[in-house]
Amino acid sequence: MLNFSLSDDQIALRDMVRKFVQQDIIPNAAKFDESGEFPRDLINKAWEMGLMNIAIPEKFGGMGLGIIEDVVISEELGAGCLGMTTSIAVNTLALYPILIGGTEAQIEEFAVPFLSSPKLAAFCLTEPGSGSDAGSLSTMAKEEGDHFVVNGSKMWITNAGHAELFTVFCTTNKDLKTKGIICLVIPANTPGISLGKHENKLGQRCSDTRAVTLENVRVPKKNMIGKFGEGFKIAMRTLDRTRTPIAAGAVGAARSAMTYAKNYSKERKQFGQPIANFQAIQFMLADMAVNIESARLLCYKSAWLIDNGQEEQGGYFSALAKRHAADMAMEAATNAVQIYGGYGYTKEYPVEKIMRDVKLVQIYEGTSQIQRVVIARHLLKD
Amino acid sequence: MGNVFLIAEQKDGNIKRVSLEILSELCRQGIATTAVVIGFGDLSKVTESLVTHGASKVVVLENEVFTQYNTEGYANALHHYLTPQNPSVIVTGATSHGKDFLPRLAAKFATGIAVDCVSFQFTGEKVAVRRPVYAGKCSKQVAFAVAPAIFSVRPNVLQTQMASKSAAVEKVVGNPGTIKAKILSTVASQIKKVELTEADIIISGGRSLKSADNFKILNDCAATVGAAVGASRAAVDAGYAPHDMQVGQTGKTVSPKLYIACGISGAIQHLAGMRTSKIIVAINKDPEAPIFQKTDYGIVADLFEVVPLLTEEFKRLKSQS
Amino acid sequence: MNILVLLKQVPDTETKIRITSDKKNIETADLKWIINPYDEFAIEEGLKTKERLKEGTVTVVTVGPTRTVEALRTAVAMGADNAIHVKVEETLDTYLVAKALAEVCKKEGAQIIFTGKQAIDDDQAATFGYLAELLQYPSVTLAVKCDVSVDKTKATIEQEGDSGAKSIIETSLPAVIAVTKGINTPRYASLPGIMKAKKKEIKTYSIADLGLGSETSKTIDSDYQLPPERAPGKKLTGDITTQVKELVRLLREEAKVI
Repeated sequence: MLNFSLSDDQIALRDMVRKFVQQDIIPNAAKFDESGEFPRDLINKAWEMGLMNIAIPEKFGGMGLGIIEDVVISEELGAGCLGMTTSIAVNTLALYPILIGGTEAQIEEFAVPFLSSPKLAAFCLTEPGSGSDAGSLSTMAKEEGDHFVVNGSKMWITNAGHAELFTVFCTTNKDLKTKGIICLVIPANTPGISLGKHENKLGQRCSDTRAVTLENVRVPKKNMIGKFGEGFKIAMRTLDRTRTPIAAGAVGAARSAMTYAKNYSKERKQFGQPIANFQAIQFMLADMAVNIESARLLCYKSAWLIDNGQEEQGGYFSALAKRHAADMAMEAATNAVQIYGGYGYTKEYPVEKIMRDVKLVQIYEGTSQIQRVVIARHLLKD
Repeated sequence: MGNVFLIAEQKDGNIKRVSLEILSELCRQGIATTAVVIGFGDLSKVTESLVTHGASKVVVLENEVFTQYNTEGYANALHHYLTPQNPSVIVTGATSHGKDFLPRLAAKFATGIAVDCVSFQFTGEKVAVRRPVYAGKCSKQVAFAVAPAIFSVRPNVLQTQMASKSAAVEKVVGNPGTIKAKILSTVASQIKKVELTEADIIISGGRSLKSADNFKILNDCAATVGAAVGASRAAVDAGYAPHDMQVGQTGKTVSPKLYIACGISGAIQHLAGMRTSKIIVAINKDPEAPIFQKTDYGIVADLFEVVPLLTEEFKRLKSQS
Repeated sequence: MNILVLLKQVPDTETKIRITSDKKNIETADLKWIINPYDEFAIEEGLKTKERLKEGTVTVVTVGPTRTVEALRTAVAMGADNAIHVKVEETLDTYLVAKALAEVCKKEGAQIIFTGKQAIDDDQAATFGYLAELLQYPSVTLAVKCDVSVDKTKATIEQEGDSGAKSIIETSLPAVIAVTKGINTPRYASLPGIMKAKKKEIKTYSIADLGLGSETSKTIDSDYQLPPERAPGKKLTGDITTQVKELVRLLREEAKVI
């Protein structure tokens, strides 16, 4: 009963996103990369196409789709522009905590409005002092009657400048470590929230990345997702679901890098023949193909496991997928630039952008090193 | 050969060259042809050129309604006039009007049609045509199972040729029948443009033009030699040029004598629309651009440097001749 | 209002064409198929017309083999309400296709019919005219704007003419409107649309169902040929001024085109 084919619907979805990427994303990617401008119109288009918030269950009027559809969407978007992929994907990341840990009333109040307009949400976990060690976060939520009063700062928050809703992880008691963490949903217009400047990044330059500072932000207790102390678990279960689509974005980026490099190597002549005739080039292309295919299979498997209720195993496979996809995409992009030679190092050609963009995948949502830690812990646990 | 009719096209009392191209080819193949013109007013220049290019007879379907073109009016009048003539072949130019009324006429005769043919060959009573399909990526021969055979011929493909013949010119009242779609007004383009599909020379620009304003350098160059300006799909999609300037599979198919591609890489869908041009010149700074494999002459350099120089050189040439 | 949109599935524009050994057609195995780009504008115009009128149904119709159902489903995923498939396995000529479509239009009581100005495979650009004549409807091609009157009895169309000219045409309805690039920007299918399209029942007719069982094609295709390869030309050399001078000399003296 092994089956490697996508369903007809998934193929239709893939083709639809591929067309969007060809017509709207690729022709604009370089422009947004250069300016760092936020691609609001394209994000709105993606929303109109139903590519965002796909996990909201059918009983709330959503589509209730799984990780596999997210993977299909992300690979195609990633083949066009990883910065836009990230901007489009972040709603899923920010809303999953509500879908995983929230009550029906909370889902209705906080998540469902995202189905009726192209609003954005942001996921606030990382802090200036806690990145890979997310459990050590120190944004403080103090109880005051029926409210929490939140103080602290969050770092590298994607879409922060455009989000209407933040899912914020904070601690009620640092001594409790991860057991003291709670998850709060905070509307962006709540007094006391201030935003840092748009970070000027190496790659994924059009995705909006900022610091978010919370000063005496009053949040009603009804905005807490899950119970006291469940925040960290909700964050981890969220990342188990989003890690695989992130990996798939890298697969898409690597696929593009390979396609560009392959086409160029057939056109570019040196020593009187296309450079594709040389084994040095062929080996680089062949390795890209092996890595892309294997990373995609890991993505599919991890998505399948989670979609079929095998969450723990799926989480492990998502680490395998992200480690492999991120690192292989970096290698593929670097080698694509190598195949292009001097031309590849210029902005006239698309491969240097892929190389800059894909570097971030080795860092965000768990660095490649953290993925190895997760993998090794799983291997060594008994 | 039986009754062969050429539907000749005129605009403001001037004959469209494609009508003469078809007529000349019919003459070369020894086919006696009746040329039918639809219009109103002074059409003497039109009928005269049809006679000098070898029509056996010229018929003018006159009606004040035909001061301007009308789809249903043309189809109705032609059907009304031709039916009693028992036509075996009806041919016209594949212009925008020809492509518009001909299918309706074919439906009236319950017969087949072949549009935008590049050649036709009479063998006894039968005619077979060749027409490009898939935007010229291939072509096919089309034969007709029933009479009349109805087809249109692409402009600029056949040669015109004078014939020393005399022929009668007959005027008939054209019957436009019922017209349900009426032209209320027509506005010509602000900028005087040469129609792409009928141009002898086309200068086209791609995305490398970088802006709509930069198309001015192509316009300036085109003006010196009476050329039309075209654009690649990439340039049109980027908003640098209007879609009616697009050359390629999803734009216009052209076959000028000279096609100058500036900053166009040569995507298959663009090549499809211009590959039958007699001479192709490419100006592109990327020496590996696929367009160079299809060109007669190539200049590997920045179009922003080359085009102004070319304009100057064309000007110099014009001043000499 | 009953809005019909006629569409055709064609090979992708990037397709390299190969010819069958009997030269009677192109090889269709392994081709990537898309909705004819001009028909996408027609679908969008159908949907837009319905939205502007705030009522109506958009029905998409195609004539072709089983694979063409995919094109209909894509149109439903874009927002069309109904889909009709005239199922034929062999290639029909323009005359027969128009005949079949005319029967469908009659059955459906079409009040306005949109289609692309031509299909980019056979490039005939003739189906709309045949169909209009068979139905005794007016036809307007090269439409870049189409406004249906509030009482739905007429439409005002902006038509793209030669050399950038524009005409305004008023037509009674029903009519066949053939649209071209520039009339709109087709929307993408949507993910909810794809889910809806999957469940959509597609009405299917055979040629016999339409009462055309005894009709035959009026034209016969043969001898498909690829165009002769152009020999690669020469790249000029020297500084730019020299190259330009040389180019003009060659165009004048060798090619004799200026």
